[in-house]
Amino acid sequence: MNRFSAFSLLKEGFNGHRGWARQWRDAVPKARYDVVIIGGGGHGLATAYYLAKQHGITKVAVLEKGWIGGGNTGRNTTIVRSNYLWDESARLYDHALKLWEGLSDDLNYNVMFSQRGVLNLAHNLGDMREAKRRVNALRLNGVDSEWLEPAAVTKFCPPLDISRDARYPVMGATLQRRAGTARHDAVAWGYARAASALGVDIIQNCEVTGFARHGGAITAIETSRGRIGAGKVGMVVAGHSSVVAEMAGLRLPVESHTLQALVSEPIKPVLDCVVMSNAVHVYVSQSDKGELVIGAGIDEYLSYSQRGSFPVIEHQMGALLALFPTFSRLRMLRSWGGTVDICPDASPIISKTPLDNLFINCGWGTGGFKATPGSGHVFAHTIARGEPHPIAAPFALDRFVTGRLIDEHGAAAVAH
Amino acid sequence: MLLIPCPHCGLRDQIEFRSGGESDRARPADPSGLNEADWAEYLFLRRNEKGLHRERWNHASGCGKWFTLTRDTRTHRFVS
Repeated sequence: MNRFSAFSLLKEGFNGHRGWARQWRDAVPKARYDVVIIGGGGHGLATAYYLAKQHGITKVAVLEKGWIGGGNTGRNTTIVRSNYLWDESARLYDHALKLWEGLSDDLNYNVMFSQRGVLNLAHNLGDMREAKRRVNALRLNGVDSEWLEPAAVTKFCPPLDISRDARYPVMGATLQRRAGTARHDAVAWGYARAASALGVDIIQNCEVTGFARHGGAITAIETSRGRIGAGKVGMVVAGHSSVVAEMAGLRLPVESHTLQALVSEPIKPVLDCVVMSNAVHVYVSQSDKGELVIGAGIDEYLSYSQRGSFPVIEHQMGALLALFPTFSRLRMLRSWGGTVDICPDASPIISKTPLDNLFINCGWGTGGFKATPGSGHVFAHTIARGEPHPIAAPFALDRFVTGRLIDEHGAAAVAH
Repeated sequence: MLLIPCPHCGLRDQIEFRSGGESDRARPADPSGLNEADWAEYLFLRRNEKGLHRERWNHASGCGKWFTLTRDTRTHRFVS
């Protein structure tokens, strides 16, 4: 593997860029691993990386049904933020944000993390009260957050319509300056490359079909590429969590829905921050290619189809044009959907399970991308030690029995 | 856009409906007699079926009727 640096780039520039090697090994499964991670999305790859780097466990395989980063990691709207209301969530997501801040250096791979600021708009008195409460809660938790009056909002984001007669008047906004966007594919590739360099086997086109159990533990995983022995198993399969968990005899409190997004044709730079509105329900940023990246909510009904319905797009485009009338003549280029697993309290599950050596990381719902480094970091700790990382402990599966839910649904209205 | 077969009104656009989720869930007759795990199961655990899923729909912006349909969650096709 080549190490990226100004010098290596210069050297390859003179060499016609013919000397770059493959960035990770496309491995063939071995008979047995100390830890097998099921799911080669960002969270699974990050888990494998931190297992190898922080815990010295390098006999690790990541099994991916398709290709790495081809699921929700490559389908999200790339927003990274940590402005969650409850203490447990603020700790988890800010842990992730701190890791984002050093991630490109840590991985020696440019994940194009851009702290361009995220605005959450308030359109009515209820929004304003909720937003100010959130700013104060975040500050108490040491997370940066500001309240902006309308004049400051328009200074921060000039294309936004803040006129008094707008369909949804902007009465202010919260701003998290450390939040922003990252290049989603690069996150999968960067973690894969760094994990592979530490000895992790990344095995693609390898679908899990069942588990061999002995007593209360998993001994091996049946896959489309044969049986693989496992000391410990980490399950990180997002929308298919219920399906894979059922193979191990577990039921989970998650439901799978389609979340979709779309991009416009590329245009010159017009929007240099992220704008979200929970009340009218749309979020938008501009990619480095120039496309506006636009997202909104899930389809209400259960789905594994990775295809969203048109009424959601219609609603989010209406909301977008109410906020930014200037975008009205933009044509949309493509739309796509992903399958997200949603918990009743809209918080993730990072947990041990009733099986001794099975650990699960799921339920990230509509907001998993932003947590990728933090999720992998605390999950690797949980697997390596067999005990939850202190930040992950409140997100255990048993909260649905004890009733200690972390209810971010109500707290965040809709968008995550 | 799903076209949903309302038993009273026939095929109508999905925007007229609200999804009621998994069907055949009966509230336990004596909730206070349940232990916490059983109560959690009733409240939170769902089959989350990949494939044929029996589910409730409400024709909220139409006739108002609640009804049960079976739909393939992989293809969105309704089957009778």
